[in-house]
Amino acid sequence: MDTRVDNAITEKAKISVRDLNFYYGGFHALKKINMDLPEKKVTAFIGPSGCGKSTLLRVFNRMFELYPEQRAEGQILLDGQNILDRSMDVSLIRAKVGMVFQKPTPFPMSIYDNIAFGVKLFETLPRVEMDERVEWALRKAALWNEVKDKLDQSGAGLSGGQQQRLCIARGIAIKPEVLLLDEPTSALDPISTGKIEELVHELKSDYTVLIVTHNMQQAARCSDYTAYMYLGDLVEFGPTPEVFTKPKRKDTEDYITGRFG
Amino acid sequence: MSDASVTSAAFTAAQQRSRLARHRRRKVVNVVALTLALGAMAFGVFWLVWILVETFRLGLGGLSWQVFTEMTPPPQAETGGLANAIFGSLLMAGLATLLGTPIGVMAGIYLAEYGQKTWLGSATRFINDILLSAPSIVIGLFIYAAVVARFKSFSGIAGVLALALIVIPVVIRTTENMLSLIPNALREAAYALGTPKWKVIWSVTLKAARAGVITGVLLAVARISGETAPLLFTALSNQFWTSDLREPMASLPVTIFKFAMSPYENWQQLAWAGVFLITLGVLALNILARVLFRNKH
Repeated sequence: MDTRVDNAITEKAKISVRDLNFYYGGFHALKKINMDLPEKKVTAFIGPSGCGKSTLLRVFNRMFELYPEQRAEGQILLDGQNILDRSMDVSLIRAKVGMVFQKPTPFPMSIYDNIAFGVKLFETLPRVEMDERVEWALRKAALWNEVKDKLDQSGAGLSGGQQQRLCIARGIAIKPEVLLLDEPTSALDPISTGKIEELVHELKSDYTVLIVTHNMQQAARCSDYTAYMYLGDLVEFGPTPEVFTKPKRKDTEDYITGRFG
Repeated sequence: MSDASVTSAAFTAAQQRSRLARHRRRKVVNVVALTLALGAMAFGVFWLVWILVETFRLGLGGLSWQVFTEMTPPPQAETGGLANAIFGSLLMAGLATLLGTPIGVMAGIYLAEYGQKTWLGSATRFINDILLSAPSIVIGLFIYAAVVARFKSFSGIAGVLALALIVIPVVIRTTENMLSLIPNALREAAYALGTPKWKVIWSVTLKAARAGVITGVLLAVARISGETAPLLFTALSNQFWTSDLREPMASLPVTIFKFAMSPYENWQQLAWAGVFLITLGVLALNILARVLFRNKH
């Protein structure tokens, strides 16, 4: 399959992927990916299970490095700097590139400390400023009104949807530039999903958001750009309305119309 | 999709009969298995209850205020208690726990978070499993050879070391198991914020596994508070009150061992009182461990 995708994104790129290959041991999971992800837009990654979309997301913050058998080759340019370069400090990359996972993962501590935990890694704030930061992050994640009276209670006591917004607030609190959302609503009910989608829509005014989703409607609803992947290839990438209404490739059309996948 | 007799949604009469027969057999098997399981449980509980009843009956009889205030008496004395043995047991078990817990927790962290797949991790895990199942008398004899024989004196220190050697493998095993239960997603979430590894472990994983780790420590304490063999060759015993760890030190298990085997009635009574105290303590620790664990999971 031709992997050179015509992705004439005219907007300013926040992240540029150059000739990215990824391996799980001997398995070639991403095949020569090239794409430019526009700044302060939402880009959705869709495709059948195992197509490599989560794998790609986990390269953007070097999360794959936790597992020694996983290996990436090529370049990921964040504002022109190659983050795959060994000399780049992984903590600083992750401070710029936040991530929210499929299942909510509140830390075993209070709601307040869940937010403050990440902030304390990079900044020493006086108590008042920390209070402000926690409130700001929780407001931004549309959770403040629901938790403001129980900030000292355990994060595990919240509902699934609230926990997921807590995780988003935790990610936002350290003021990243990019947010990676790996199927953030797949474990949530429709109402919580709706809230997260609204949130994604608001977040793009400040952040470059990359979201992996199995839900085609979700991609159509809340993204500006959509990338369709299949078996480790980037098949099609372009503005969401175009990808969904007049896809350039037959494979993409088959997938989004449900004839395949 | 064409042959209706094979794929039809409705069952044939023969299929229906065979299903009913299967269903009946399943019910019979269920009743048999349930009866056997209940029988096994009743058998176990029967002895346990008997032990508890006898301990309470005879132990309560020997219990009095003097047990806590007076020293272990000579044979056939009028009064006497277990004060020195109770103190010795608390002191040695306490110090052994203080010594063994940090070592055990740190080794458990190494096994679960750093050395899962390394040869050093595998070797440590294997050796720890052996230590975990080593008879406690072996540990007692080891400390006898390594400490008592060298310094030519039985001592509280030797007792503490022997007990600590029993605590360590238990704590290593529970810490490792509890950390392994923490889902990787939680670790990844912490790393995703740019958290360094030591802080991920200290503030997130270990904290999430806290209840389980504490439970492990409590069970280790319960285990050593009843151990006789490792103290017999190390701390020996002492008729008098001492808090000097360089001297031989009395303990409840060794005192019980000595008194219960004796022909003297006052000694036997005190042995039962000691048994009662240990049982009560171990029971309390186990209940505490269960409550802690339940609250967290």
